[in-house]
Amino acid sequence: MRTITSLKGTSFSILLLAALIIVFLPFLVSSYYVGLAIQVFIFTIFAMSLDILVGHTGLPSMGHAAYFGVAAYATGFLCLAGIKNFWVGVILGMGSGGLTAALFGLLAIRAHGPYFMLITLALSQVLWGIAFKWRSLTKGDDGLPGIGRPEIGMGIDLKPDLYFYYFTFAIFLIVLVALFVLLNSPFGYTLRGIRESESRMKALGYNVGLYKYLAFVFAGVFAGTSGVLWVYYCGFVNPSNLGVDQSVKGLLMLILGGSGSFFGPGIGAGIIVLLENIVSGLTERWSLILGIIYVIVIMFFSEGLSSIVKRGH
Amino acid sequence: MKALDVQALSKDFGGLRAIRDISLEIEAGERRAIIGPNGAGKTTFFHLISGFLFPSSGRIHLFGRDVTHLQAHQRAALGMSRTFQVTNLFPKLTLFENILLGVQAINGARFCFYRRVNSFREIIYETERLLKEWSLWGKKDALLKNLSYGEQRQIEVIMALATKPRLLLLDEPTAGLSPAETALVTSIIKSLPREITTILIEHDMDVAFEIAERVTVLHFGSVLADGPLEQIKGNSKVAEVYLG
Repeated sequence: MRTITSLKGTSFSILLLAALIIVFLPFLVSSYYVGLAIQVFIFTIFAMSLDILVGHTGLPSMGHAAYFGVAAYATGFLCLAGIKNFWVGVILGMGSGGLTAALFGLLAIRAHGPYFMLITLALSQVLWGIAFKWRSLTKGDDGLPGIGRPEIGMGIDLKPDLYFYYFTFAIFLIVLVALFVLLNSPFGYTLRGIRESESRMKALGYNVGLYKYLAFVFAGVFAGTSGVLWVYYCGFVNPSNLGVDQSVKGLLMLILGGSGSFFGPGIGAGIIVLLENIVSGLTERWSLILGIIYVIVIMFFSEGLSSIVKRGH
Repeated sequence: MKALDVQALSKDFGGLRAIRDISLEIEAGERRAIIGPNGAGKTTFFHLISGFLFPSSGRIHLFGRDVTHLQAHQRAALGMSRTFQVTNLFPKLTLFENILLGVQAINGARFCFYRRVNSFREIIYETERLLKEWSLWGKKDALLKNLSYGEQRQIEVIMALATKPRLLLLDEPTAGLSPAETALVTSIIKSLPREITTILIEHDMDVAFEIAERVTVLHFGSVLADGPLEQIKGNSKVAEVYLG
């Protein structure tokens, strides 16, 4: 039967090519682009976690940065407390992202449509407000500096970007496989059924509220994973990581790449990270150029750029 | 044993009493039609039985169990399945995925998130079996929204059957169908195993009278008449408000 992405024939060769490019990339381009590639991996995980809600379950979350930011802060505090072990950091980050989602989900899942958007936005802004105002703990908008790279033992030093690049890629692959299985599992199909018709799913006997809640928690856990990688990469976290800009950036990645498809979020994340960094180096009016690109994509590829591949078939 | 036992059921929407004191008993294995003019409360009655609405007063027992306060999905888990008057399927999923979600609903694996659905052979085989049984296998990969209206009405019924119900509620299964399609859907319903208790809302009298043995007539939210087919056909009150 059809899975949401079939790994046969041409798509398999494209994936193989992509994997080869990723493996040899640090030998082909300057370290600046290696840094951008790390950001693409991290934001792909973030966008895919958001897509569990938006594209698969049909829940338009406006506050997804909350789980990314909470995980980044949690890992930041841990590092500043002197615990640099990666596995402790990532478990704390995923746990705190998931726990925040588990709390927020209790409130948000009750709302539908625009009300769901508003309540997720409001909840994430509460966290942003705390991070911004509680200066004695979070240093306000100065953020937490000097977090540094984690230690994973085995004599591997993650301080050079080159090693951190391969490390992030490895985590990225694990997340990709986990999400592929999740989205093609009975649970994943149930989420898409809920997106298509909640009332029909109820009539079939699915506990729709519980599934939506679990989707919310899963999305929080994966967003937390991206938050952990981000804080280890930058060595820095500030309130903007929890803010509405970050949440909307995730949504833009889905709109641009195509939500509800497996590769769409990654395509969107790649384009936005690269454009933001490259265009802003060329002109001060870079946000205008990004805006024009969004409009063009929405006008001509309303289902995102990943729909081009589908149309080709 | 009674499949469904409804006692003094009422439903108010603000000042409007849509369902007035309906009591109804349906034996297991029975095929019952519920008829009545527009606005008689037929669909509201279905929503109350299936848990999409909750009654203002009265009680509902399903196979001897009080389900008055159970949610729709909990009632479905007890063996109730329903279709919708306005086609309610999963338009952007394939036909196969549509039926799969019906089959999966009663499988213990439905919460599993760490294995691909393809690896659950029993779900895949059952979906395949249903599609072949109803001669829809050739269209399994079509998106549901691209199928014809007649096919979609047929799939409404098949999806409700995928959960292996003991009580099946059909809300105007032939609404909007051509005569040929109506005959097909009617024959599907008639061919169902007798152990599936069936309650049918129907506007088309020929369909209702062909499928059901007993008929309940609703009028302004209450039961106007209730009895075997022949008795209802000969009832002058029913003829007056409904059959014309």
